[in-house]
Amino acid sequence: MTTAPPATAALELSDLEVAYRVRGDWRRVLRGVTLQVAEGESYGLVGESGCGKSTAAFAALRYLPRNGRVSSGSISVAGEDLLAMSDRDVRRLRATKVSMVYQNPTGALNPSIRIGDQVAEGFTLQGVADGEAHERARAMLEKVQISDPDGVMRRYPHQLSGGMNQRVIIAMALAKDPALLILDEPTTGLDATVESEVLDLVSALRDEFKSSVLFISHNLDVIARMCDRVGVLYAGRLVEEGPVGEVFNNPRHPYTVGLLRCIPRGGATKAKGKLDTIPGFLPGLGAELPGCVFADRCGLSQEICVQKEPDLYPLGDGHFSRCHFHEQAQQLPRVESPTPIKVEHANGQGTPILRTESVRKTFHQDGHDVRAVEDLTFALGAGETLGLVGESGSGKTTLARLLLGLTEPDEGSVVELDGTPLAGSIRKRGREQVKDVQIVFQNPDSALNRRFSIQRIIGRAVTMLMGEKGAKMESRMRDLAHSVRFDVRLIRQRPSELSGGLKQRVAIARAFAGDPKIVVCDEPTSALDVSVQAAILNLLAELQADKGVAYLFISHDLGVVRYLSDRIAVLYLGRLMELGEAGTVFESPQHPYTEALLSAVANEDGTKRARIRLEGEIPSHADPPSGCVFHTRCPRFIGDVCVNEEPDLREVEPGHFWRCHHTVEALRELQKTPPGGRVSRGAEET
Amino acid sequence: MSTVAGTNTPTTSAAPVADEERKAQRERWALLWKSKTFIAGAIIVGIFVIFAIFGELIAPDDPFETNPLNDLAAPSWDHLFGTDRVGRDVFSRVIVGARNIMIVAPAATLLGTVLGTILGLVTGYYRGAVDDVLSRIIDAFLAIPVVILAMVVITSLGPSNLVIILVVGLVFAPVIARTVRAAVLQEVGMEYVAAAKLRNERTLYVLFAEILPNVMGPVLVEFTVRLGYAIFTVATLSFLGFGIQPPAPDWGLQVFDNYGLISGGYWWPVLFPALAIAILVVGVNLLADGIAKAFER
Repeated sequence: MTTAPPATAALELSDLEVAYRVRGDWRRVLRGVTLQVAEGESYGLVGESGCGKSTAAFAALRYLPRNGRVSSGSISVAGEDLLAMSDRDVRRLRATKVSMVYQNPTGALNPSIRIGDQVAEGFTLQGVADGEAHERARAMLEKVQISDPDGVMRRYPHQLSGGMNQRVIIAMALAKDPALLILDEPTTGLDATVESEVLDLVSALRDEFKSSVLFISHNLDVIARMCDRVGVLYAGRLVEEGPVGEVFNNPRHPYTVGLLRCIPRGGATKAKGKLDTIPGFLPGLGAELPGCVFADRCGLSQEICVQKEPDLYPLGDGHFSRCHFHEQAQQLPRVESPTPIKVEHANGQGTPILRTESVRKTFHQDGHDVRAVEDLTFALGAGETLGLVGESGSGKTTLARLLLGLTEPDEGSVVELDGTPLAGSIRKRGREQVKDVQIVFQNPDSALNRRFSIQRIIGRAVTMLMGEKGAKMESRMRDLAHSVRFDVRLIRQRPSELSGGLKQRVAIARAFAGDPKIVVCDEPTSALDVSVQAAILNLLAELQADKGVAYLFISHDLGVVRYLSDRIAVLYLGRLMELGEAGTVFESPQHPYTEALLSAVANEDGTKRARIRLEGEIPSHADPPSGCVFHTRCPRFIGDVCVNEEPDLREVEPGHFWRCHHTVEALRELQKTPPGGRVSRGAEET
Repeated sequence: MSTVAGTNTPTTSAAPVADEERKAQRERWALLWKSKTFIAGAIIVGIFVIFAIFGELIAPDDPFETNPLNDLAAPSWDHLFGTDRVGRDVFSRVIVGARNIMIVAPAATLLGTVLGTILGLVTGYYRGAVDDVLSRIIDAFLAIPVVILAMVVITSLGPSNLVIILVVGLVFAPVIARTVRAAVLQEVGMEYVAAAKLRNERTLYVLFAEILPNVMGPVLVEFTVRLGYAIFTVATLSFLGFGIQPPAPDWGLQVFDNYGLISGGYWWPVLFPALAIAILVVGVNLLADGIAKAFER
């Protein structure tokens, strides 16, 4: 693509090569990336971690790390050549024309400066007087729908939630009315409902400010929702580009095809079949790749793919694919046979393997009682998967720690394993009980001791949980490695020498070392890329079918929960709001909170749901709302009864429980149409 | 279970990853050996170690042999650093004098590091009441000047190498404990600690087998930094007369013995031992700098 850029492009990268110096060698990170973001356009950049997405964003601001450099190509922002500019001009450009919103909002704000002063700084930099700058800052905060702008102006970042901070950052980013707004994973750390709100906000503001947007995300759904055009980045190469709908519905590069197949969605479940994965690994940073960058992982790869770099083939309508066989891309052979995974479980009937009754946990914080978990009663059948969903602060992780004995529940809580009471603290549990309840943590980097070899990590667990030593331990360790598809030859490595997916396999092997009856999976795939996530989900499903273990599966990703779970429990403010068969919970009628959570994902048949926005922040645990704790945000709010009386968790259909004053019939009727706008809470109460 | 899944297991691709890591490890050592500060420090300290081990063999004269006929002789080819007030060869005494300080200071530092590490592990791991009580005691210790505390203890127990090692070690322990505690606090939040509890590990195992290896970096850096301070403290105590007793050729003691003569123009019996102290401290600090940089995460 050598055509001259249209004069109006907000961002124009042409044949951009960026390299990082790692231990003396220059390694290519971006390989001739050419893309344009037209004025007023929203351009999405997707790809797995390590593909160069963030590097492209930083390059667009000429803000590469010290060891990075642009080796060739050009970058222009709003028609100005960034590489030819003096440092002073670059700073001026950053101050006036380009804004960036980062992933971690709390880290992007200065913790010791009040919000008002930070937002106003953007205006004072442009020479606006102090008083007026604060006026404008206030107006900006109003624009990003912060409910109490005056109060927020006086506060410090740590006093606000992550979602609020991200709105403040967006306010700051838009304060200068930028020609180009770069959003680098802006909602990745946020809860689904908050993410939804922030994305809505960005869309609305984009219409108002007419900014061009470069939107970077690993989340294909987010990109599909937010962008006009999308570029798929792999190993620093743009492998496919085109209008969002076209690329996602009619992908023409095997990488895009593979990526889309990895994601559990549209009601995918383990019973319907395994998820497909992308075999192999991303090539190392700066690897010499004379042919197609994806060749060694591609099922369609031929001789020519290894030898000759494919051109960017135009497919019409602005759709391009860098693949020799773009016409066959969708016939990419599946890596995983789509065989359904055998599902056998007691389904909560008969004697459950785990039963809890009135489990409570109160933390004492600065003289307040914080009720993290309130009156949880549920049962988990042998070999069953119970999915646990809810926003952060809903008590999911606290519940996991209570079951494991890492946190002691309040007096009067009952937890029974196989009919025998479990002591609150792990120190008081018998050896059998300890080995029966295990966990796979979210982040394998923190869960595996970085000083130990894999051999020692798994071996020690075998020794401690099974009491086996010497040759017996060795052979069991090898069996475990084999069962999680971990190459035994890598067993002497340290965790840092392995990829994220392999590390998580080790963590899973460790959890299975003592043949547990229950494994708590606390967001086991949220730190992983989607292709790796698919492989781990397949593995968990297979292990379950094989060993009959029960899972308590915690995740904020509803597609993932739907894929693996037999039943689903929905938590809000430490309370169980809904519990039932996965299919039932995902279908109407459902608890209004579940309805709102699910509105962010597509229906089982792939059709879009009407989005329900939950207004306001999640209330504080220290001071939960009266009556039904969800009434302050409920889209199906009834009236005084919700404010005054806390509903019980009741069985509304066989095996289907919820905590709501509505009847099944009422909700079924109501949920045929999306909820209308609610009259503001304050007005009703006065 | 399908066997196709086996294709997901990397066999070839993981090898370069491992190579990368090993390369990084090698680079870290190479960095240490390329670091000019580290090399300079290693050479200086190395020379003093040789002095400490082979002192009498290197020294040209007997460091204890007095010669009243040749007292306070200025530096010359016969006596490179001159002689002191009873005619002993200062050069020989500086060389042999390395031994005492090279035993006492590292031993005291080692004691302080071991105690401090244990204290840091315990306070960082248990937090809560244990931490509050121990940390306040540590704070109280830190408030007392080292030399004064040492003088009080040595006066009551009598000066000996063992007492000095104990006193300096005990005084250093709280400082080291603080650093280690900060590192441990970070580690305790890691999930591998929870994972260890979930297989019934004893607390001692968790502390010393799981957590300790992960805080060895800061411990090592702390050891080298403290060693410099220890040399200085031990020399100061000798100078004040609380260290090893005459006629030992200790540097601090030599300075103490002869500093009254400076006003008479006899600078050499004071300057050379003092220089030895200074050079050794500088050498140890260079070493510490080099190590701290290489182990910076």
